[in-house]
Amino acid sequence: MAIQKQTASPPIIVTKPRMRRVVWERRLWTALIITVLTVGAVIMSLPFVWLVVSSFKPLEKIFIFPPEWIPNPFRPENYIEALVYKPFGLYLFNTMRIVVLNLIAVLLTSSFCGYGFARIRFPGRDFWFALVLATLMIPYFVLMVPQFIMFSRLGWVDTFHPLTIPLFFGGGAFNIFLFRQFFRSLPEELADAGRIDGCTEFGIYWRIMMPLSKPALATVAIFTFLAAWNDYIGPLLYLRSDYNFTVAIGLATFRSIMSTQWNLLMAASTAMILPVIILFFFAQRYFVDGLVLSGLKG
Amino acid sequence: MTAAHWYQRFLPRTLAGRRTLIGYIFISPFILGFLLWFIIPAGVALWLTVHDWNLISPPKYVGAKHLVTMWEDDRFWKSLSVTTTYTLVSVPVGLVLGFGLALLLNTKVRGISFFRTAYYLPSIVPAVANAVLWAWIFNTEFGLANAALRFFGLPKIAWLQRPEWALPALILVALWGFGSGMVIYLAGLQGIPDVFYEAAEIDGAGRVAKLRHITIPLVSPVIFFNLIIGIIASFQVFTIARLVTNGGPQNATLVYVLYMYQNAFQNLKMGYAAALAWVLFFIVVALTLFVFKYVGSRVHYEDAQ
Repeated sequence: MAIQKQTASPPIIVTKPRMRRVVWERRLWTALIITVLTVGAVIMSLPFVWLVVSSFKPLEKIFIFPPEWIPNPFRPENYIEALVYKPFGLYLFNTMRIVVLNLIAVLLTSSFCGYGFARIRFPGRDFWFALVLATLMIPYFVLMVPQFIMFSRLGWVDTFHPLTIPLFFGGGAFNIFLFRQFFRSLPEELADAGRIDGCTEFGIYWRIMMPLSKPALATVAIFTFLAAWNDYIGPLLYLRSDYNFTVAIGLATFRSIMSTQWNLLMAASTAMILPVIILFFFAQRYFVDGLVLSGLKG
Repeated sequence: MTAAHWYQRFLPRTLAGRRTLIGYIFISPFILGFLLWFIIPAGVALWLTVHDWNLISPPKYVGAKHLVTMWEDDRFWKSLSVTTTYTLVSVPVGLVLGFGLALLLNTKVRGISFFRTAYYLPSIVPAVANAVLWAWIFNTEFGLANAALRFFGLPKIAWLQRPEWALPALILVALWGFGSGMVIYLAGLQGIPDVFYEAAEIDGAGRVAKLRHITIPLVSPVIFFNLIIGIIASFQVFTIARLVTNGGPQNATLVYVLYMYQNAFQNLKMGYAAALAWVLFFIVVALTLFVFKYVGSRVHYEDAQ
């Protein structure tokens, strides 16, 4: 236990003035907290406001100091100009192809592995699970160079393969871990009932556990989407032709072309951030769940 | 022989044997992936480390040359010191900010979810969009950062052009994303049963005492988790450094993996880059072990049940 010293203290006699003092103290404390939180929230939100405001300004209003906070004239055409200057529609399509393949890979294989680690007892399981956790700690960049050489030998450069195929093998240690934690939280009796009814272990996984795993599936799906949508280093290394670019690489290239057209750059950036924000507002619960599931209590 | 024969010959006869087989079938994707994407690349990396190779001309065996080169390579030492400074500032400050804000957000005040969102959202902004946004914020003539300085009557700073300001600028970008850690702390804090605090209050504990003797010990595993994740992540900072400053000015933001990337994919020194990767690996392992040893022993684990 955390509390080590448990000395006896005199009984608390609650008198009226004391009550009043406690109430006031509490109110003051709350007011203080809200003030600090508000100031902090304003500071945290300013870059967003700045982003959106800049994205609606005409170029001549961008270069004014101190900056104006209301875009006047209001110029939504920035978005059209930015998003047709480079073929962002095609980039979006490419990104979505990668996202869909990643979702299939991760949701199927990491849940499959996770089930094996969670519910089947066999010799060597703990060893392999320790390896899962160990790979979690290995930085991506450590293996970046040799993986690049392997994939270029396989002729995978300028294809989506390096960004999709590796995920079909377990779908990432973190996701395996997450599914394992989730499956362990489901009641064992369900699996037993299945076994009595003659269900194979694969049947239990697919027909009993998976339908019960919607929260875990949703969480993993969201983080998989975010990883693919945000990924910069993977596409940077492997995608060469413009027609293969993802949104992230497209935006990075756009930045190097439009070095000073900050209004268009902000419009393109807003367009890339917006889906993530929308996803957050629709699936807020799963963002937090994923972090909690990741084993704070396991 | 038919398939059925093979089945009967090779399928384990005992229940335990059968369960082992099934278990290994379930984890086989991971085992295969581990061999294909970890063990084989590690072997390739080992081979690369003792070779000179630019992907075009045939590789040449050079032994420990890359290690010697590294020892005398000023840019290697510079990148190491940049990354270390970045980690030493951004990880502890991010940790304190995240934990502090989580404490404030863990109060029962109306509108808390609004605040939580405001602090968390920056951490999910895609890195590339983030880089473009902050390059504009740190613009010397018209940027938001200097507008803020002006608001407080301070002079303009050439954030991305001055070596002494470029790294602090990148650290500020990193700190804007402290919300991901904060949410984890918040989940940890919400897992602490109220009875602990009630018991402490009866014993006459004040706010500080409750924080010190209940809150911090009970969320210390979470702090530890965030510390490890934070160190590993900050040793891999890349996108922002590449897109905002590309290592400049005067290598002031030449973070380690950016230097590695430049060696591999701009100078095509695959062998040297692989050697750098090994060094990164050992640094991260050493740091993790160090943290486990000196911080991990102070982490308080509640007994299960």
